[in-house]
Amino acid sequence: MKILVPVKRVPDPATTIRILPDGSGIATDNIKWVINPFDEIALEEALRIKEKQGGGDVALLSVGQQAWQEQLRTGLAMGADRAILVRADQPLDTLAIARVMAKIVGDEKPELVIIGKQAIDDDSNQVGQMLAEMLGWPQATFASKVEIAGTKCTVVREVDGGVETLAFELPAVITADLRLNEPRYASLPGIMKARKKELKEIPVDSLGLDLAPKLKIKALAAPAKRQAGRKVGSVEELVGVLHSEAKVI
Amino acid sequence: MADLLKDLDFFNLDEMLGHEERMVRDTVRQFVQREVLPTIERHFADETFPKELVPQMAELGFFGANLKGYGCAGMNNIAYGLIMQELEAGDSGLRSFASVQSALAMYSIYAWGSEEQKRRYLPEMAKGKLIGCFGLTEPDHGSDPGGMETRARRDGDGWVLNGTKRWITNGSIADLAVVYAKVPEGITGFLVERGTPGFTTRDIHGKFSMRASITSELIFEDVRLDDNARLPEARGLRAPLSCLTQARYGISWGVIGAARSCYHCALDYTKERKQFARPLAGYQLVQNKLVTMLTEITKAQLVCLRLGQLKDANKMRPEQVSFAKRNNVGMALEIARLARDMLGANGIVNEYPVIRHMLNLETVNTYEGAFDVQTLVLGRDITGLSAFE
Repeated sequence: MKILVPVKRVPDPATTIRILPDGSGIATDNIKWVINPFDEIALEEALRIKEKQGGGDVALLSVGQQAWQEQLRTGLAMGADRAILVRADQPLDTLAIARVMAKIVGDEKPELVIIGKQAIDDDSNQVGQMLAEMLGWPQATFASKVEIAGTKCTVVREVDGGVETLAFELPAVITADLRLNEPRYASLPGIMKARKKELKEIPVDSLGLDLAPKLKIKALAAPAKRQAGRKVGSVEELVGVLHSEAKVI
Repeated sequence: MADLLKDLDFFNLDEMLGHEERMVRDTVRQFVQREVLPTIERHFADETFPKELVPQMAELGFFGANLKGYGCAGMNNIAYGLIMQELEAGDSGLRSFASVQSALAMYSIYAWGSEEQKRRYLPEMAKGKLIGCFGLTEPDHGSDPGGMETRARRDGDGWVLNGTKRWITNGSIADLAVVYAKVPEGITGFLVERGTPGFTTRDIHGKFSMRASITSELIFEDVRLDDNARLPEARGLRAPLSCLTQARYGISWGVIGAARSCYHCALDYTKERKQFARPLAGYQLVQNKLVTMLTEITKAQLVCLRLGQLKDANKMRPEQVSFAKRNNVGMALEIARLARDMLGANGIVNEYPVIRHMLNLETVNTYEGAFDVQTLVLGRDITGLSAFE
């Protein structure tokens, strides 16, 4: 089966994020970049499907700058077969990214797209859904279990207060949730093999798409610092404060 | 609790690493985080080696990672050093296992073995299916290996080996012992498989250091070996010493991991811990210690990075490795002791990794070329006068 896994380059979740003084973005010096953890889970699932089926083709797709090659190489080292980097040096919003992906899906004709449910940088949680809509494919978001039999797919997804099971026909778009699997390590032999795997670059301008941003980031601001708590002397005082100050009882 | 595997990169050295090297480092770091840290204190307390980690380490390509061919990953020496660094941020015993398997046992065969020996043993050792050990040190000959008493005499087409090796990492769990012995022509190496009649092992207990690593004695009593068990290219002390150079290279990197873990622990602890109503880290004496740690670790990182470049360019001199081993192990031990002190009473319990690293580093200071002997090697190099031969 041909599976396409879009991956995004994001700051390592362990990195301390600093916002630029003018609020236009984040300071990117000294940031360690990684594959978006949810996309890594998507890739792991694609690799497991391929292993279970005894063959197939897992291709990675990124839309971004030259440096994004690093994360694609990491994905190849984990076991993806090849990678496509649509080179775009300008910032693109989620709609534009979904349009680029839809175009590539049209060319590549995968039977399944698995993508992280959201990227941990902007937490938009939109691209997978937009892509499914543009393709006219079924979508199963927040997947915590995926089973495939022929062209039939069953996905267990996490919803408020429980789980929901969806059954649909491929091709489809699945977005991966945290509990879907635990991604593998990039082994040293995998890292060496990745050197020889195909990494194709496509200039975004050659796709002839309308990528004009519909969304403008006006400013970024750090969350307000949490106030220190305070100790109260007695239960009576606590109840009084909850009533008069916190106004929760 | 501090993030024990956090990087310490004051000079943005990450920028000097290639993406592949960073990937290797990240893989080992994740492995240590997920697989080693949760159980290492128990193994240290129980005096057991985490053998269950060997298959996964092999699958990830950690063994013989810088050797080319024979099922080895073929990474460069900086990537190899980073593997050692991250393993030792977990535990020196685990790094020792990888060092002995890779730099001593596999390298002995790789550098001094026949083509047949390489094909027979190296792929299995890279897969972790065959564990190796390296027998050079003897009960009465440590820094002076040339004085070894283990001997092999000709017997028809083969050899008969007699002697005792001591302080041998992996000894009793090894499937294959690389043993150096005296023959009439000088010193040479033999490959002795487990189960060969007359070959027995005995573990050394009562260690206060390297408790998550096996240390054994190897005993050879009239062990009959075929001539094809001999390492044909190993002629003289140069053969085992070349392996020790490989091991010392890995150690120079490895101890940075242990030192880094101690530094992060001490930094986090002294920022949190308040005495006399303010954090310990706010006192000048404590800051002095923290800055000493930062400085020494950073210098050690720079030494290793340059050493790795020289090794990759085939320009590394053994004396440069002695410099790195001496400096880096010395600094790591000093930092572990400082961190132990800074954690006060908490520095002696296994809730924190500091005392374990400190105890382990006492071994690292001694093995594969003791600190003082490395000093004399360097002294000889700059004066032309040997103080020990």
